[in-house]
Amino acid sequence: MRTLDQLPPGASARVVRLCATGAIGQRLCEMGLVEGTDVRLIRFAPLGDPLEIEVQDYLLSLRRSEARLVEISDSAAP
Amino acid sequence: MSRSLAAVAGGRSVARVAVVGNPNAGKSTLFNSLTGLSQRVGNYPGVTVERKVGAMAAGSDRVELIDLPGTYSLAAHSPDEMVAVDVLLGLLEGERPPDAVLAVVDASNLERNLYLLSQMIELGLPVVVALNMVDVAEKRGVHVDAAALGARLGLAVVATRAHKGAGLDELRARLCEALATRRLPRPVVDFALPDGLRSGVDHLQQGAGAAAERAIGRPLHSFEILRGLVDEGGHAERRLRAAGGDVESSLREARRKVGSSIPLSALEAQSRYRWIRQIVAGCVRRDAHPPASWTDRLDSLLTHKILGTAIFAAAMLLLFQSIFSWATPARDAIDAGFNAIGHALERLLPAGALRSLLVDGVVAGVGGVVSFLPQILLLFLFLGILEDCGYMARAAFLMDKVMSRVGLSGKSFIPMLSGFACAVPAVMATRVIENRRDRLATMLVTPLMTCSARLPVYAVLIAAFVPRRSLAGGLIGLPALTLLSLYLLGIATAIAMAFLFKRTLLRGPPPPFVLELPSYKWPAPRVLVLRLWERTVAFIARAATVILAMSVVVWALAYFPRSAAGGSAAPPAAPAAVASSAGGARDADAAREAAQLEGSALGRVGRALEPVFEPLGWDWRITVAALASFPAREVVVATLATIFSLGDRDDDPQGLQRALTQARRADGAPLFTLPVALSVMVFFALCCQCGATVATIRRESNSWGWAAFTFGYMTLLAYAGGIAVFQVGRLLGAA
Repeated sequence: MRTLDQLPPGASARVVRLCATGAIGQRLCEMGLVEGTDVRLIRFAPLGDPLEIEVQDYLLSLRRSEARLVEISDSAAP
Repeated sequence: MSRSLAAVAGGRSVARVAVVGNPNAGKSTLFNSLTGLSQRVGNYPGVTVERKVGAMAAGSDRVELIDLPGTYSLAAHSPDEMVAVDVLLGLLEGERPPDAVLAVVDASNLERNLYLLSQMIELGLPVVVALNMVDVAEKRGVHVDAAALGARLGLAVVATRAHKGAGLDELRARLCEALATRRLPRPVVDFALPDGLRSGVDHLQQGAGAAAERAIGRPLHSFEILRGLVDEGGHAERRLRAAGGDVESSLREARRKVGSSIPLSALEAQSRYRWIRQIVAGCVRRDAHPPASWTDRLDSLLTHKILGTAIFAAAMLLLFQSIFSWATPARDAIDAGFNAIGHALERLLPAGALRSLLVDGVVAGVGGVVSFLPQILLLFLFLGILEDCGYMARAAFLMDKVMSRVGLSGKSFIPMLSGFACAVPAVMATRVIENRRDRLATMLVTPLMTCSARLPVYAVLIAAFVPRRSLAGGLIGLPALTLLSLYLLGIATAIAMAFLFKRTLLRGPPPPFVLELPSYKWPAPRVLVLRLWERTVAFIARAATVILAMSVVVWALAYFPRSAAGGSAAPPAAPAAVASSAGGARDADAAREAAQLEGSALGRVGRALEPVFEPLGWDWRITVAALASFPAREVVVATLATIFSLGDRDDDPQGLQRALTQARRADGAPLFTLPVALSVMVFFALCCQCGATVATIRRESNSWGWAAFTFGYMTLLAYAGGIAVFQVGRLLGAA
């Protein structure tokens, strides 16, 4: 399964499943990373981590290790 | 209207409205616009959450607004986050539940903002929505129909632009209406938890509700039960357990009943976002080709690998150069003003204890510190602009990788950066960090960041002892470079100590980093000015209390005991110390004053401790100044001014700097050489001579132990650092 951290900058995808539990899982889904949501990876930080994504019309920054918990489908629906 | 409002208050006091919203939704700006200057800031008991209350005039009535901390959700992971829930449910002791909720919703980011609103609606309170930043949304090609949204949510939605003051009159009117009618929100689509969760909540209510009610003396709110059910292994669950009764098995059974294949929190979030999509359908129109936003364009520049890093470094450099040079005219003017006051007093009063107290104690002491107000304000202004325009979050984004190496996250960077202004608000700013260990680690190292109170110390010593040479073709001067190095020393030490703490005392994995990068926006001048005004008042209040008191105490310790016949009664050790100035035939007055100072209470304590500080290159006078600055670093400047204006009368406007360069040791050598000046500066860079910071750490960590630990380790570092720099400097100087 592909995860959010594998997306190249500029590419979009749709969230399929969130594997995180506990406080981090709760925070990620409150911030809008829920099943069926489209996300776009904008860029990685200059030092390679964290990454910046667009979700629910806003910009969110999270680490690669957190993005790895978000499973995505190969492409966003049109 | 006023009659119905009075009825709401029901003879109690005034109606209360809780202001709730996501971070970056413009909540503070809206709160300030509605309440103006009538704000009171305090703390909720037992936790570290700021309690901000303001009065809003609504027609002939007054409504009390309670500003709750910005939050994305009411799911509480810590006691601090729980405060918002407790205030809204009226569970906080001594606090009436609010009569209504004012929810601030960012129109440019509608779906995520409605998540919090979906939880508000479950609380059983009237809700009015301020749909803020409609202009920002329009610019991004997102058009939100406020009236339609209001109709679908079954509550009043008012479009506002808080920074322009637009929509506020209507907002006040809708609030009064909500308070009068007490009508609850009636969305067209009811939010329903998934069946599993619903039955889980019911099961828990049946299983544990009655016992919990007996234990805590009130029925559990269904929202509390939901939070406890969903928050597996978290704070809300622990709190539910603490209520007593047979929670444990009910909880297990209820969770089994939900039978979800995904975590319960994801299940809840999914159903809320599904509801949100149903609500906003038909209320939002999007342009087919939205214009590229400023935020996108700016971000590709400001977070660029090379350019972004360069801009970040340039911004920091500009900051240091500006506080060092731009504030100078204002500082000189303040200096001149205090000097004039001192001279006037000298002419008006007869020589004696009173004149000495006022001129050498009060005016010299307080004036020496107040003259740094321009630099401090400039620094606060700069940091305030960075914060309000959205750059601070980008700084966290740029720096997270570095911070995670240390074991912290980019979130720790913001408090640490604020530490450049003042450690007190910076320690409070660590509240954004959820994890207690990481929060503590940040709190312990934040006072190492070079705060504005160190500036007076640096400024005086650099101006007096660092050669004014310009480097890199006039781009930066040696004094500014020295200042920058001191800042870097603070940063490097803070990073090293954080690394150490995270591997020893506060061991734990690096915290998560999930941070919103808000849209860039122009800072609202009104909010900036209001905050600067608060800082100014706080600083002056400090100068008028702690610093004034210290100045007077230090003056008294230096002035008493008076030797009966002046110079003739000087202690035996004194003549050597003043031999040089006597040799220069300055005048007998100065010699007598210096002898008097050395024989004073302050002089004796300093002399006794002189051997301890000798490895730093200090004599008893510097030792005394450092000791006297325990309550606040900047006092060292006031003390030096007192000591040297007492010992060496000089009417030069550049008094203190001049006095310092002319100070001599017993053998006639200059007291302050460059290594000595550097050792004093390094000591003050690393020490924790600030009563307010120690008190704030105690309050924020809820422990005197951590406060004492911070003071202790920093003082040791400062002592060791002072020795190192003096000894190395002396060796280099001798070579």
